[in-house]
Order: sequence, then structure tokens, then C-alpha cells
Amino acid sequence: MTHSGTVSRAGRIASVPEKISITLRVNDKAVKLQVAPWTTLLDALRDHLDLTGTKKGCDHGQCGACTVLVDGRRINSCLTLAVMKEGAEIITIEGLARDGVLHPLQQAFIDQDAFQCGYCTSGQICSGVGLIAEGKARTPNEIRELMSGNICRCGAYPNIVAAILQAMERS
Amino acid sequence: MIPFQYTRANDVADAIKQIATDPSAKFIAGGTNLIDLIKYDVEAPSRLIDISHLPLRSVEPTSAGGVLIGAMVPNTDLAYHPLIEGRYPLLARAILSGASQQLRNMASTGGNLLQRTRCFYYYDTATPCNKREPGSGCSAIDGVNRINAILGTSEACIATHPSDMCVALAALEATVHVTGPAGARTIAFADFHRLPGNTPQRDTNLEPDEIITAIELPPKGFSENYSYLKIRDRLSYAFALVSVAAALELDGDTIKEARLALGGVAHKPWRSTAAEAALLGQRTDATAFAKAADWLLHGAKGYGHNDFKIGLARRAIIRTLGQAARGKPQSISDKKIR
Ligand SMILES: Cc1cc2nc3c(=O)[nH]c(=O)nc-3n(C[C@H](O)[C@H](O)[C@H](O)COP(=O)(O)OP(=O)(O)OC[C@H]3O[C@@H](n4cnc5c(N)ncnc54)[C@H](O)[C@@H]3O)c2cc1C
Ligand code: SF4
Ligand code: FES
Ligand code: FES
Repeated sequence: MTHSGTVSRAGRIASVPEKISITLRVNDKAVKLQVAPWTTLLDALRDHLDLTGTKKGCDHGQCGACTVLVDGRRINSCLTLAVMKEGAEIITIEGLARDGVLHPLQQAFIDQDAFQCGYCTSGQICSGVGLIAEGKARTPNEIRELMSGNICRCGAYPNIVAAILQAMERS
Repeated sequence: MIPFQYTRANDVADAIKQIATDPSAKFIAGGTNLIDLIKYDVEAPSRLIDISHLPLRSVEPTSAGGVLIGAMVPNTDLAYHPLIEGRYPLLARAILSGASQQLRNMASTGGNLLQRTRCFYYYDTATPCNKREPGSGCSAIDGVNRINAILGTSEACIATHPSDMCVALAALEATVHVTGPAGARTIAFADFHRLPGNTPQRDTNLEPDEIITAIELPPKGFSENYSYLKIRDRLSYAFALVSVAAALELDGDTIKEARLALGGVAHKPWRSTAAEAALLGQRTDATAFAKAADWLLHGAKGYGHNDFKIGLARRAIIRTLGQAARGKPQSISDKKIR
């Protein structure tokens, strides 16, 4: 992507910085990669590791489509740099199923019909897994509030809440 | 994003040394504001100095009876910390009213204080903005200013500070601990953020070569009678149009001490000694609350689209004081305002 600012502000730094070598643990596997300092974790996952299940919606922290779990906590991967996560344990939507069996929340999304176009879904599911681990939401109102960081343009919200309730009951 | 260098700070001394050698470098903590601004080409640091791994992550009681919060404590951890939930629930509620759980998991205590305004024009590099480009003009004064300030504005800038957490920290009279080349110092919360005046490019009195290391809370937490009410365009995951932090100490239904701070209306959390003094010795009734609201909003001025904020703030102050007096703080998940 070219940026007008890149051109106007050329000369800001003496030379284009070198790529940095980092190791991440992604979905239980250690991966080594070379990234530019400004590569977001989202771009590292999608463009360097071909893990395209994690979606880019807004790229500005405003939609939740890029939600992944870092050291067990849900975050927006578009607003962090890959280099900042050196050594971290990252789980994406591709890493939730175990031995070919879907994660209970993935299964619940199917059972409850909790998606339409599916674009927000991997973010919703990673966020829901994070929410269940936090243990702060019990009621539908509390789930809605703590899932507000995930926008669904198709409006599947009632079914998403039902799916999370189902997974919470069974876990 | 534009290219920049990346380095990590090993400790606070190293962080200060690194920023001193490169004035166009910036610290990065949670990254939730800075990376966003770099993507919009509003910020263009030559280097990011990663301070997110510094060991400033504890929340501990102080010998003075308060609590010391490390600058890297994530917003979520702070909101759910037993010391904060139990003794400073106003702070916990204010934090949980802001952003989303994902963002709160990333955002740091120090970074939250230093987040920049959400003024539309500040983000839009095609338009003049004195905060982004000093001397270029203010597009908001005669522009779309629905989200802008009604108090403490200047002809140069009518931006608001967008933080929820800071509104509670202002009401609780926290202290900011900072360290720079000349050593450590503390800044009272009321003196931390600035009014725009004719230097709107400066949001705070932190020097560019200083780092926030901690926030200290005084012993008094007002955990019985408090409320944080946030009014916004949608029920969650949106910045405040107006927010109110109210904390009372009561003797029966007589007010012994009052703290009142507004968010979303000024370049800093807005307090008024006259408003708080007007509540002292009063009964907890709507007349006293309305009087305090009038004091707090004294001199408020709308710019067209944001005229509604004056009446909205007045009603919100009265409602929040009522909630605090009844010991029934605004719920985060039940959106009905009772
Ligand atoms: C979509 C969205 C919605 C949001 N909604 C809300 C909301 O409703 N309410 C709300 O209050 N906030 C909201 N936020 C803002 C969020 O709370 C802030 O972005 C966050 O608190 C900033 O913290 P950080 O650690 O990520 O800061 P960073 O982005 O890492 O840093 C911000 C600035 O602070 C400087 N800095 C950071 N730490 C230090 C330190 N210790 N010492 C010196 N300088 C430092 C950096 O150099 C940078 O200039 C929202 C953000 C987004 C993206
Ligand atoms: S209000 Fe402040 S931030 Fe907004 S355009 Fe004017 S100068 Fe810029
Ligand atoms: S792509 Fe990260 S929040 Fe939208
Ligand atoms: S299923 Fe289409 S955006 Fe959520």
C-alpha cells in the first residue's frame, strides 16, 4: 500500500529499516519469520503465515474481525505489531479445533445458526472463547456488553449470544 | 504504514535514554491509539520504543493507604483487580465503559492518559487542524462539531479528551508518577491534562522525554456512593458524548464531601470547586443536584452541532448524583438509566 505521507515524509529516517527476525508460537507450533517493524500481527498472520481465517475488517480497532487470542487473551491483531509479540502464544480460528473435532463454540455457532456471510465469524468465535475464559459474563446482557467489540453487519447478534450461552453451559 | 525503526526498552532508565537520543521517536505501550494514528498518517515517528515489556505491571497498596498502579497494567486487569473493584469501583466502572474488551486487554494505564482526541478533523490529514498542524486553523469550530467541547475551549481548538478512565481518576484525585532525564516527579491529576489555549498540540504537561511509570490513588475511594454514567450514540463500544463521574460521602442524607467530573465536554476531565462546594451540607435532592450542575456547566458554550451537550450534561449530572446518593450506580450491562 502506498501512502501519500510516505512520500512527503521520506527522509524522516536515514534508511528503510531492516526486517526483524521473530519467533511466535502460532496454534501450538513455533514459527520463525522475518517481518518489517510496521507489520501488524494481523498482516503477519494473513500475509506471512497464510492464516487467512483471521479477517481484516476496518484495520482500526473498530470491528473485531481480527480478534485472536494472545497468551490466552482476546485482542485486536490489527492494532499490535508482530515484533511486539515475540515469543507470545497466539491462537487463531485455525487453531481452535482439536484432533478434527470443532471447538464447542465453533459447534455452537453451527447449531445456533450464528452467522450469515461469515466475515465477522472467526473474530466472533475467538472473542467468545476469550469471553468464556474470562468468566465475567453470565447473563445475555453481560454477554452482549462484553461482545460489543465484535460488529456483525449481518446482524446475527441474537444467535451469537445463543451460541455463546450454549458453549458456556457445556464447558 | 510508513516505515519506522523498532527497539525495545529494557528498563525505565533505558527507555528515557533511548527517547532522549531520538526526539522523533515515540514510546509504544498497548499500541491501540498510536498504531491507529500512524495508519492514518497523523503520527509519523521515526522509531517506536517498545515499553510494553517493562516491569510496571503491579497494582499494590501504598503505605499511605492508597494504591499504586503500574503504567503497563492493562485496562482490563485494573478494572477487575480486587483492590480496584472493592475500594475504587468508580474507576472500575469507568474503565469498563470504554472501548471493547479486546481493546481494554491491550490498552495500558499510562497510554490511556495519553490517548489523543477523536475530533474528526484531527484524524483527517486533508483538513486544517491546529492540534495536528499548529497554525493551520481549526476545522471543527465551524464544521461538524457534534462530538466537540463545550467547556474550556479556545479559538484555536475545541477538541475533547476522549478517555473514560481519566474522568474517574480526576474525581478520585489520582497522582501521576513520571520519570525523565532529571529524575522522578509527580503530577496531580488536575494538572496533568491541559486546556487547549493557543497550544492545542500539547495535550498534557508530560515532557516529551518523560515516561509515565505509575498512577497513585489516594486512600479515599467513595465505594459506597458513586456512579459513572456514560451517554453515547450507541450503547457500547462508542466514545462518550457526555459522561459523569460522581462520588459522595454522606451522613444520612446530608452531603459531607462531593466529587464530580465530566467527560466528553472538554480538553480534560472537567471539574469545578464551586460545583462541589455547592453540594456540601446539602440534602441529597434534585434541587441541590441541579444547582451543582449549573455550577459545573457555568460558561458552557455550544458550537452548533454540539449545543445539545449542554442540556444533556445538565440532566446527566443530576441523574448520576441521584444514582450515587441512592447507592445504585449505573450498571454496565443493563443499559436502562434508573
Ligand atoms: C475503536 C476504539 C474505541 C475506543 N473507545 C474508547 C472509549 O470508549 N473510551 C476510552 O476511554 N477509550 C477508548 N479507546 C481508546 C483506548 O482506551 C486508548 O487507545 C488506550 O487507552 C491507549 O492506551 P495504549 O496503551 O494502547 O496506548 P498507545 O497507543 O501505546 O500509546 C498512546 C500514546 O501514549 C504514549 N505512551 C504510552 N504509554 C506511555 C508511558 N507509560 N509513558 C509515556 N508515554 C506513553 C505513546 O507514545 C503514545 O503517544 C478506544 C480505542 C479504539 C481504537
Ligand atoms: S477542535 Fe482541535 S483537534 Fe479538532 S480540528 Fe480544531 S484544532 Fe484540530
Ligand atoms: S480489523 Fe481489527 S478491529 Fe477491525
Ligand atoms: S455474519 Fe456477516 S458480518 Fe457477521
